[in-house]
Amino acid sequence: MPILGYIASPRSGAKKELLQELNALQYCEAFPADNVDILILVTDTPDKETEAMLQQQLKDINALESLSMTFGYNNELHEGERNDNEA
Amino acid sequence: MTMKLDRRSFIKSAAATSAIATAASLFPGISFAGWEKLEDAAGMITWHKAPCRFCGTGCGVLVGVSGERAVAVKGDPNCSVNKGLCCVKGYHSVQALYGKDRITRAKVRKNGEMVEVPITEALDLIAAKMKETISSHGKDSVAVYGSGQWTIPDGYVASKLFKGCIGTNNVEANARLCMASAVTGFMTSFGIDEPMGCYEDIEHANVFVTWGNNMAEMHPVLFSRMLAARKRNGDVEIIDFATRTTRTSQAADKSILFKPQTDLAVANAICHEIIRNNWVNRDFVNKHVSFRKGLTNIGYGVEDHFQFQDKPEGINFAEFETFLKDYTPERVEKISGVSARDIRYLASLYGDPKKKVTSFWCMGMNQHTRGTWINNLVYNIHLLVGKISTPGNSPFSLTGQPSACGTVREVGTLTHKLPHGVVMNEHDRQMAAEIWNVPVENIDPKPTYHTVEMFRALDRGDIRFIWIQVTNPMVTMPKLKRYRDGALKEDRFIVVSDVYPTPTTDVADVILPAAMWIEQEGMFGNSERRTQHFDEIVPPPGEAMSDTWQLIEVARRLGYEKQFPWSRDEYIGKIWEEYRRFHDSPKHNMAPYEVLRARPGVQWPFVNGRETRWRFNPKYDPACTSGEDFHFYGHKDNRAWIWARPYEPAAESPDQEYNFWLNTGRVVEHWHTGSMTRRVPVLHNAMPSSYVEINPDDAAELGVVNGDMVKIISRRGEVAMPASINGRGVPPRGMVFVPFFDESYLINEVTLDAFCPISKQPDYKKCAVRLEKA
Ligand code: SF4
Repeated sequence: MPILGYIASPRSGAKKELLQELNALQYCEAFPADNVDILILVTDTPDKETEAMLQQQLKDINALESLSMTFGYNNELHEGERNDNEA
Repeated sequence: MTMKLDRRSFIKSAAATSAIATAASLFPGISFAGWEKLEDAAGMITWHKAPCRFCGTGCGVLVGVSGERAVAVKGDPNCSVNKGLCCVKGYHSVQALYGKDRITRAKVRKNGEMVEVPITEALDLIAAKMKETISSHGKDSVAVYGSGQWTIPDGYVASKLFKGCIGTNNVEANARLCMASAVTGFMTSFGIDEPMGCYEDIEHANVFVTWGNNMAEMHPVLFSRMLAARKRNGDVEIIDFATRTTRTSQAADKSILFKPQTDLAVANAICHEIIRNNWVNRDFVNKHVSFRKGLTNIGYGVEDHFQFQDKPEGINFAEFETFLKDYTPERVEKISGVSARDIRYLASLYGDPKKKVTSFWCMGMNQHTRGTWINNLVYNIHLLVGKISTPGNSPFSLTGQPSACGTVREVGTLTHKLPHGVVMNEHDRQMAAEIWNVPVENIDPKPTYHTVEMFRALDRGDIRFIWIQVTNPMVTMPKLKRYRDGALKEDRFIVVSDVYPTPTTDVADVILPAAMWIEQEGMFGNSERRTQHFDEIVPPPGEAMSDTWQLIEVARRLGYEKQFPWSRDEYIGKIWEEYRRFHDSPKHNMAPYEVLRARPGVQWPFVNGRETRWRFNPKYDPACTSGEDFHFYGHKDNRAWIWARPYEPAAESPDQEYNFWLNTGRVVEHWHTGSMTRRVPVLHNAMPSSYVEINPDDAAELGVVNGDMVKIISRRGEVAMPASINGRGVPPRGMVFVPFFDESYLINEVTLDAFCPISKQPDYKKCAVRLEKA
């Protein structure tokens, strides 16, 4: 059940379109920066298969130039309360 | 709604926070209004205001709490400091509470081993040891060493206990290592401490000059505000004036490099040019400025018991002009490596009456064996052209720690200081004795040891007991080996209050578990005279308690119940109201407790319900009473002082044997010695270990490539660490730079304990080393 955070860069002039397309996808929530041409995307999928499917859908979005992941969580790997806070 | 569902929402919130933090570091000034939507989805988080604790900027944050756990952070949109923005450290700050090796129980050394004990037993032992040490070696054999991360109540009770009750002036704080020169700069130039301007200057200035100050990494949110102002206003220029190329240089409109220590000469040359071109604001200078000179060839403090007392002497404008004759741009070019053309360019920016100029500085000017002087010299420039105390015209000394101003400068947790005034002044002692409810004879009129001398005294045996809170001197003291060996001597007793194990807890006889940041109620004071209150938002772990309460517990065991009568559920408010009595005047009035609680920060002087943004200007500052357009009321002559201060070389410069400058400092990901931020996975992974930056040509000559181990050797010691070539920062040829956040590479084994004779602040930016391929 992965939850991932990304910075999404649109193709030139396609920020609005990208926002609409991302928010139209199931398991995706996106919001734009007000003053820079990038978006924040958070995905939350129930299992590995769905995650793989979503990855494919993201690849097919034309308005998307690139995605860089900044956060990854998978509760199969991170059981327990302290997962993200330990050195 | 099940807890599991809420937890997913929190994690999604953390995912968004992390992406925003990364975006903010890539695009300074970026903002996200749409964040609100996701935040609403987060459900059961409650949000509480606090100041961030990871630098002196004082960003307001909202801490998201689920149950008893802090789970998220966002910038507080109501806080004028950051207007909703945070840097990467701020966004991840709550994770620093939850490292797996958090100290939660007290420990005491028994037969050489540290053993867990109930905290009451540890507190009993501390009080007994203090009594015993005082009775065998006198009151000046016990000391407390605190921090600019102490809350205001922490510092206040430490000062009251040690100075007021025990009667020793052995009270110091690590802010001596980071901003003492700023204080003595203010005191000598203005007769009163703390900046006249505020962060709002950023929105008004046309020119920013960063004097040896890598703001992009050290004050990233203020730097973002600066970049945003440049973008919005158009006619804004940023000049980076530094000794190495950094992220700040990359974002600046112009980067000018100078040779270490020669900022003194360049500042004088700028004044020379301002006078030569007739850019002096004569009206301002005639009405508001007087001139002084002090002693020269003042030494470097490398020997024990070093003493220095300056002798200010009045001079006139003509004598100041004559003094500057040595500082023509051409002569200074030879000393500093800055072209005469660039010196003239800098002078023209300050001299142009149409431009508003803000100068920023921090450690580069303060950690300097002539730190007080260079502070004076930058004020000289602003005073000559009258660009001061008006929106956008600001000589602005930034602090590094969240409460270096609030706790160390305002409460006065330095050997010579009291919450109001100095121990040497009878009236100030009387005021303290009355408020503290102690006999006035208790307060010793003689200061004892500044920080370096305090650790020398510990080594010599003049101090036998030291209590260290919220700081890590066994990483940060310069010429570290001497002070570590001193702390480890047989009959020394070291108490350390901290949140994680560090090289300082390694030398402790007692370790007390401390509450961290929002696990206690408290206040910080930031760089722009803003006091920021925070509640206990989550409970401290195990037996951890606030440093304030630890001190109160020991004070009561020493018999000072009368002076420390407060109950645990109301002590912070009571302490604040007692402390506030020290500053009851229009020059320094502090906001009442209830006002502090309600707002994300309040700037002092707080007079008749109003904050003061620009001091010495009657439009904003109610303490101005002269009827003039400005009133510099700190000095008795009601003027600001321009000082004739010469260029003098560093304590140690490269020579044939030790042929490189060593410069040390920080990186954006880590807070100081890294004891907290290195336990935050995102920050640790982004910057896992320290390195030595080498100029590519020097590296080629040494036969070193990126990642090769390089030995850095000085007359004090050596350390081997990986090389970074053309990395984040690039030093010029003949200089190396090392960040000090990583305890596996103790760079202070190599540094020199020379200091500014006036401020006693050590110079971590300059000593001589040689390099060897390891
Ligand atoms: S700039 Fe400083 S105060 Fe602001 S979020 Fe970053 S570390 Fe915290």
